[in-house]
Amino acid sequence: MNIIKTQPKSITTEATKYCPGCGHGIVLRLIGEVVDELGIREKMILTAPVGCAVVLYDYIFCDVIECAHGRAPAVGTAIKRVYPDKFVLIYQGDGDLAAIGTAEIIHAANRGENMSVIFVNNAIYGMTGGQMAPTTLIGQKTTTSPSGRTIKGMGKPIRVCELLTTLEETKYLERTSIHSVRNINKTKAAIRKVFQNQLNGIGFSLVEILSMCPVGWKVSPREAVQFIEEQMLHYFPLGVYKDTE
Amino acid sequence: MAEYNNTGPETRKVLMKGNEAVGEAAIKAGCMCYFAYPITPQTETPEYLSRRMEEENLIFLQAESEIAAINMVFGASAAGVRVMTSSSSPGISLKQEGISYIAGAELPCVIINVVRGGPGLGNIEASQADYFQSTRGGGHGDYRCIVLAPNSVQECYDMVMNAFDLADYYRVPVIIQNDGIIGQLVEPFEMHPYKPMFEKLPAKNWALTGCAGRKPNVVRTLYLNPPNGLEMHNRKLDERYKKIHAELRWSESFNCDKADLIIVAYGATSRIAKSAIKKHINNGQKIGLFRPKTLWPWPDVELVDIARKNKGVKFLVIEMSTGQMLEDVLLSLMDVVPKKDILFYGMGGGWNPTPDLIYEKIDEILK
Ligand SMILES: Cc1ncc(C[n+]2csc(CCOP(=O)(O)OP(=O)(O)O)c2C)c(N)n1
Ligand code: SF4
Ligand SMILES: [Mg+2]
Repeated sequence: MNIIKTQPKSITTEATKYCPGCGHGIVLRLIGEVVDELGIREKMILTAPVGCAVVLYDYIFCDVIECAHGRAPAVGTAIKRVYPDKFVLIYQGDGDLAAIGTAEIIHAANRGENMSVIFVNNAIYGMTGGQMAPTTLIGQKTTTSPSGRTIKGMGKPIRVCELLTTLEETKYLERTSIHSVRNINKTKAAIRKVFQNQLNGIGFSLVEILSMCPVGWKVSPREAVQFIEEQMLHYFPLGVYKDTE
Repeated sequence: MAEYNNTGPETRKVLMKGNEAVGEAAIKAGCMCYFAYPITPQTETPEYLSRRMEEENLIFLQAESEIAAINMVFGASAAGVRVMTSSSSPGISLKQEGISYIAGAELPCVIINVVRGGPGLGNIEASQADYFQSTRGGGHGDYRCIVLAPNSVQECYDMVMNAFDLADYYRVPVIIQNDGIIGQLVEPFEMHPYKPMFEKLPAKNWALTGCAGRKPNVVRTLYLNPPNGLEMHNRKLDERYKKIHAELRWSESFNCDKADLIIVAYGATSRIAKSAIKKHINNGQKIGLFRPKTLWPWPDVELVDIARKNKGVKFLVIEMSTGQMLEDVLLSLMDVVPKKDILFYGMGGGWNPTPDLIYEKIDEILK
């Protein structure tokens, strides 16, 4: 028998608490693969967000700090300043990064902190049960926008990559998705790029990953994949938004 | 990573503002990182440290907000280095979220609060209206911070050094509760090299340094498992707070033997009160001063002791607030002094007592 894939060494055997069809698990696996390939597990300090990924320390074998909601970029800034030679990974959801933590991410980006950010955009507050997020689409029904999000009174979804491109100290910004194998592979390459940039001292690099939340969206895992393909991709175009290398 | 630098100049007399002495003491105590956001009346500290930390090749960062600053403190502390932030009341309100996380994660750090008038923006006058905020936790959850209250520039300097040691020793945040008067005060003091309080501090084997050659370290405040995990964590913290209360109650008493009236005051108020008391002593009256130097843990045992030795004595609590420390005095003395003998004089909103005002108040009570 030929073994084609094994579990990444940096990932624990703990069963994740993610729902079936959740995108966080795929992102976790990709992080594990890239961490193994680059051999950085022992120099890595990971910030866990408040959101469904809060217990990342149960899943990844590395030093982890669990941050207050949205504050990870400030926490990571300090750690990276103390240990410029270590690898600091910031993992955030859309509520964490684009609502409560807007100030922290914008200023960390603006200072050009040499950190890698993985931004999981599932257009919903997953952990608290499916409330409207800053990235929730127009018309999307959530438990706090039961008739669907309207522009009037709720504004339009925030496009984080586009927003951050205006900050000149950001070095790499890419939006990817994990709704198909091809896109998962592209996401892995983007994660690798964002990690490599920090290792090479390039500066602030972020990958925004469109990710499924079937439970928050109240659809089946298959429909969740379709939702990304048919709805999210229109509003959140994939691609590299900045590459200053 | 820079090394701790304890090679300051030898002891010498210098003239400095309280807010600057605080900064110099931090550097001498090996503070590697300082994060803050400007606010009056503490801005001299970030200004001073922006210059000095650059000279010493340390980490200074003006954060985008007090929220960011305290979360940077959280990160640096988790990384295992000495770290400080400073602010004044409205900024400290913003830091409370972060302080709760730091306390929950059992991390050491030093926080300076140069208290100003409130509520809201209030004003920039000296005040002591943040006593509850500092001593009762301030943020959410059952936690305590050690709170030290200097009343001179010398004590600003010494207590900051102590604060770093106490924070590392007990793994709790330590707050220096200053006020606009002491922070802005310029007076000579002895600038000495770092004097460690403890022979040895516990190793920071919990710090996040990358897990080379060891199991991963996790800094967290979430306790979902086992079902009573958070209760166990709270029990552990509670034990620690009891230990701190048993080991660390600092106070100072002046002329408390056979006194008819004892004033209880801290910080700038204690100095103003002392001037008034001295004038009364000259007139032959028996008036003492009890000054807590730790606001938490409150020196309750010491105050009860004094009350027991002075049967029939009255107490006058003086604060630049409408009566916050007063509650600790009432609680401490509830079994030994009738409530009617515990009096209060004070006001919030930037009201400052003068020696004359206090002198008259004492006269009125003793009449
Ligand atoms: C200060 C604060 N406010 C609110 C919450 C409640 N809360 C927990 S997770 C969350 C939303 C997380 O959404 P997101 O960042 O999109 O992560 P996801 O679960 O979708 O991955 C909220 C509002 C909290 N823990 N702390
Ligand atoms: S709620 Fe959504 S984001 Fe959270 S674990 Fe379930 S599917 Fe994933
Ligand atoms: Mg989300």
